[in-house]
Amino acid sequence: MIIPHPLLGPRDAAEFVYKGDASLINRPDGMAEGAEGAFHDYTYLRDNPAGVHRELWYHEQGDRSWLVVTRNTLTHEILSAELARDVARKEGRST
Amino acid sequence: MGYSGFKVIWQGLTGNKGWKPVWREPEPKAEYDVVIVGGGGHGLATAYYLAKEFGVTNVAVVEKGWIGSGNVGRNTTIVRSNYLLEGNQPFYEKSLKLWEGLEQDFNYNAMVSQRGILNLIHSDGQRDAFARRANSMRLSGADSELLDTAGIKKMCPFLDFDNARFPIQGALWQPRGGTVRHDAVAWGYARGADMRGVDILQNNEMTGFVIENGICKGVETSRGVIRAKKVAVCVAGSSGRVMAMAGMRLPIESHVLQAFVSEGLKPTIPGVITFGAGHFYVSQSDKGGLVFGGDIDGYNTYAQRGNLPVVEDVCEGGMAIMPMIGRARLLRMWGGLMDMSMDGSPFIDRTHIDGLYFNGGWCYGGFKATPASGWCYAHLLATDRPHETATEYRLDRFLRGKPIDEKGMGAQPNLH
Repeated sequence: MIIPHPLLGPRDAAEFVYKGDASLINRPDGMAEGAEGAFHDYTYLRDNPAGVHRELWYHEQGDRSWLVVTRNTLTHEILSAELARDVARKEGRST
Repeated sequence: MGYSGFKVIWQGLTGNKGWKPVWREPEPKAEYDVVIVGGGGHGLATAYYLAKEFGVTNVAVVEKGWIGSGNVGRNTTIVRSNYLLEGNQPFYEKSLKLWEGLEQDFNYNAMVSQRGILNLIHSDGQRDAFARRANSMRLSGADSELLDTAGIKKMCPFLDFDNARFPIQGALWQPRGGTVRHDAVAWGYARGADMRGVDILQNNEMTGFVIENGICKGVETSRGVIRAKKVAVCVAGSSGRVMAMAGMRLPIESHVLQAFVSEGLKPTIPGVITFGAGHFYVSQSDKGGLVFGGDIDGYNTYAQRGNLPVVEDVCEGGMAIMPMIGRARLLRMWGGLMDMSMDGSPFIDRTHIDGLYFNGGWCYGGFKATPASGWCYAHLLATDRPHETATEYRLDRFLRGKPIDEKGMGAQPNLH
């Protein structure tokens, strides 16, 4: 698989470390009501879809950026790749 | 149908025209006591033991493809019980004991071959860890031995003992491990279940659950609704997508594992050998091909094919312990879907929906577990209590702080 890195262009997936579902960015609030259940679901449960999947890839053998890659798990087709930083900014979680 | 040497010779002389199918192609009934979703090794073993050991014969197995088309017909066929943790090892030892008696039990040649499994040791720390594992195996009644290099050389003189980076310092040896002919396992269980009245419904895709007032009452299939008192899902590899139809999220990701077969070679490898410093395992089939594999690719996928970096990694692992295979040509390779659970251990449990049961999360170790998985799942379905060797395989074990993390890796499926 070739991942279209937003800064570096097409890079071999072997340069990356795979972390999993992009929802892992959305860490629950540990102080909130029901945090125990929320953390269980966050840590252990996955949607695991057959089809379009947003996921985290870490460019360890490259510029060490975290990417949010949208990929089809049935075909391995990569639909887009964004910097995780930009995704967080768009959602107002980072400056 | 009975089998004998005479029959094989007679059929050989008469063009093999007298063999008959060994299971029926029945029409689905409107209702069963138990409907098993998934006609793989585990599903068929569950049906077989339900009928044979627990007297539940009003059972259907719903299978989307044909029997033997899934992972049971495309794995590296290794059987062993060399686990460490209490939640796991007794279960796998139960499985190995069932393998040992399987052919007599279902009266079918599954080519069970206990040629032994050798886990190589490459460091002092690894020797300590394997000594602990060997003791844990013995506590469960399994066999284990720690070998020094002289002991290994008697069996496998061809290994690269003085490798500069990963010298071989010893091995954990389980003589009762080995390989089993995977297709014959599926056929034998299917035949045995069918003989006892189980309906095996091939080319019948399950498309949804019938859930009424929080109780599972059956399944929707491509051949209509089949009602059931109990629905037993057994579709490792596709668990995520099947259980999503019941609105469940699982502690599982689907990944791909690749396997490889070389061209046929003269007999060289006596049993199963695993590399301790990387991830590589190999055995030699009766046809002479080296059957080997290594790590999963490491990303979520439902495509039954992998990518080249893992091919390279696996072959490097092979070259590190036996450089002699460098000139062998690869005959074929393929990828199969794995339920990778969060702690690397499986599930055999009820769900929060009454009447709906779940068996999955086998990671890439499902084949060796086939008999015990079937037995324990049948036990759960028939008695509503987990079998004594499968009490820890619960879906809520993470919530209770009781993962069975054999590798000590934490909640990261692609590291198990």
